[in-house]
Amino acid sequence: MYPRWLWPFSALPGVIWLLILFLLPLYAVLALAFGTVDPILLTGVPAWNPLDWNPGWMSHVLDQLRPGNILWDVWVRTCRYVLISLAGCILIGYPVAYYVARHATRTKTLLLILLVLPFWISYLMRMLAWINLLSPGGYGLRFLDATGISSLLYHVGIISDPNNYLSGQSFTVILALIYGYIPFFILPLYASLDRIDQSQLEAARDLGASPFRTFWHVTLPLSKTGLLGGAVLITLPMFGDYYTTNIVSGAPSTSMIGNQIDLYFHGGPQPTIGAAITVLLALFLMVLMIYYMRTVHRASREIPA
Amino acid sequence: MSHAVARAPARESEFGRVQRLRGRLGNQWGKPRFLVLITWGYIAWAILPVLVAIQFSFNDGRSLSVWHGFTLKWYTSTDPSIDSVFHSATLHGALVQSLKLATLDVLIAVPIGVFLALGLARWRGRGSGASNFLMLFPLVTPEIVAGVSLLILFSQLLKFVPFGTVAQLLGHITFSISYVVVIVRGRLFQIGPSYEEAAADLGAAPASALYQVLLPLLMPAIVASAAIVFAISIDDFVISQWLSSGANSTTVPVQIYAATRATPLPSTDGIATVIMVITLLSVVAGVLVYRFFTRGESRRGSAVDDVAGFGI
Repeated sequence: MYPRWLWPFSALPGVIWLLILFLLPLYAVLALAFGTVDPILLTGVPAWNPLDWNPGWMSHVLDQLRPGNILWDVWVRTCRYVLISLAGCILIGYPVAYYVARHATRTKTLLLILLVLPFWISYLMRMLAWINLLSPGGYGLRFLDATGISSLLYHVGIISDPNNYLSGQSFTVILALIYGYIPFFILPLYASLDRIDQSQLEAARDLGASPFRTFWHVTLPLSKTGLLGGAVLITLPMFGDYYTTNIVSGAPSTSMIGNQIDLYFHGGPQPTIGAAITVLLALFLMVLMIYYMRTVHRASREIPA
Repeated sequence: MSHAVARAPARESEFGRVQRLRGRLGNQWGKPRFLVLITWGYIAWAILPVLVAIQFSFNDGRSLSVWHGFTLKWYTSTDPSIDSVFHSATLHGALVQSLKLATLDVLIAVPIGVFLALGLARWRGRGSGASNFLMLFPLVTPEIVAGVSLLILFSQLLKFVPFGTVAQLLGHITFSISYVVVIVRGRLFQIGPSYEEAAADLGAAPASALYQVLLPLLMPAIVASAAIVFAISIDDFVISQWLSSGANSTTVPVQIYAATRATPLPSTDGIATVIMVITLLSVVAGVLVYRFFTRGESRRGSAVDDVAGFGI
């Protein structure tokens, strides 16, 4: 009923916008990473033609990424922070999403609103809140002291100074990462747990499966999409994070790969190196990105038209 | 002797307690107490810190952690020695900049996104697959990659774009379009083609089928995406920071970040509180308008469910 040209024409402005302001900039990062550095001004000169690409800076960065060199340490730390935070998000987030989706009855709407609430509060404000809590005399610090958690963490060796949580403590950075990203993990997981048909669980129980077996063989596989989707959704930004650790720690001993990129662009004179690190980070994350896009793409097709 | 006699029942009751505990834990149909505990514990942990931050925006002192009594001075004071939210040029300017960017972002990204969603959902020719893929890409690109790439674009290639408001706005729009598309496309699939076909059968021209049938049906999705784009833009830190031109294009998140790197004052909590209230009000307004447009529809999920589900 509509003319054939209508739909491609309708998509055109958006597609052009994304080509110029999304795809072209990604190419610009490549061009700068494989470019040269002006010997006098010390600024990066991008090589727009791939035939002119200069692999020098990229190989310099790859060299720094070998064990024992500075970027290697930062990279290992980044992976450690992200993996521990991800594990924390799953351990806390799964039971919460499971309870709200499957067991909450009268309180469900209230619980949902409370789960969604952090989503609408600025990430930076939620980080600022930890400064309030962990500054000298703050409620959080007093709570940790009074409950003995502080001295426990200190004696186990998780923190190096029970009176100073806001400088150079990996513990605080990981706490803040979990705090910051967990809402984005819980929501997709909740959505997929909520979609599970109650009758499938009842069937498993009627056939004699224990609650644990029902969970392991029915609920968990059925929530796999949400679990993996949520995990990817928070892993991607965590790998590029530099502000969380800067806010709650700010010490070089807790810097992540994002801090290196930030430094090369905002502090140091060498955006070319920053661009090379960005390219490597993006390539590393590409697997996760493509996995997520394929899931979303498939999900959007499964919606009955 | 009496000692032993006294102990026997105590032991029995201890045994009884264990039994009761086992019964409670083992009862498959009972209330999942462990889950209740962890859920409410999580919610307290997620919300209380923010409440503390709000509390200290009213602190009559310069500390963010030691309470000195209630005051409104960090919001309203006109004393130049106090950087109050509504009168300090920096803080007030950041508020205005955040609201300006978010409003313009909604006004530009929503129409582009709606047309793109329509096109992508119904265009089946060459290039449609690649365009779909291109649309999803910004959703998963880490913000730092986005910030770096736009910074390089505007400093090396499109040099006529000035850093500050213009560059920030272009960046915000680029990363808002995809959210609009995902939400609107979901609604399009939900509606299906039958309403428009019915309109055409009844003699409606294509233009009026679009305008009088499809547009009203899409309104809930348009409202929901406007609310989400507004909130995303207000909360955005990375792109605003990378594309800012200094003090005159500082947004609230950038201002909070700068303050935490130096000495944050209660007014930092104050500006965060103000922007939080604005975001929450806009979300509530969005939900109410959404409800209005979907009244009478069979409602499997609520608006909250729709928002919760848009991530996947």
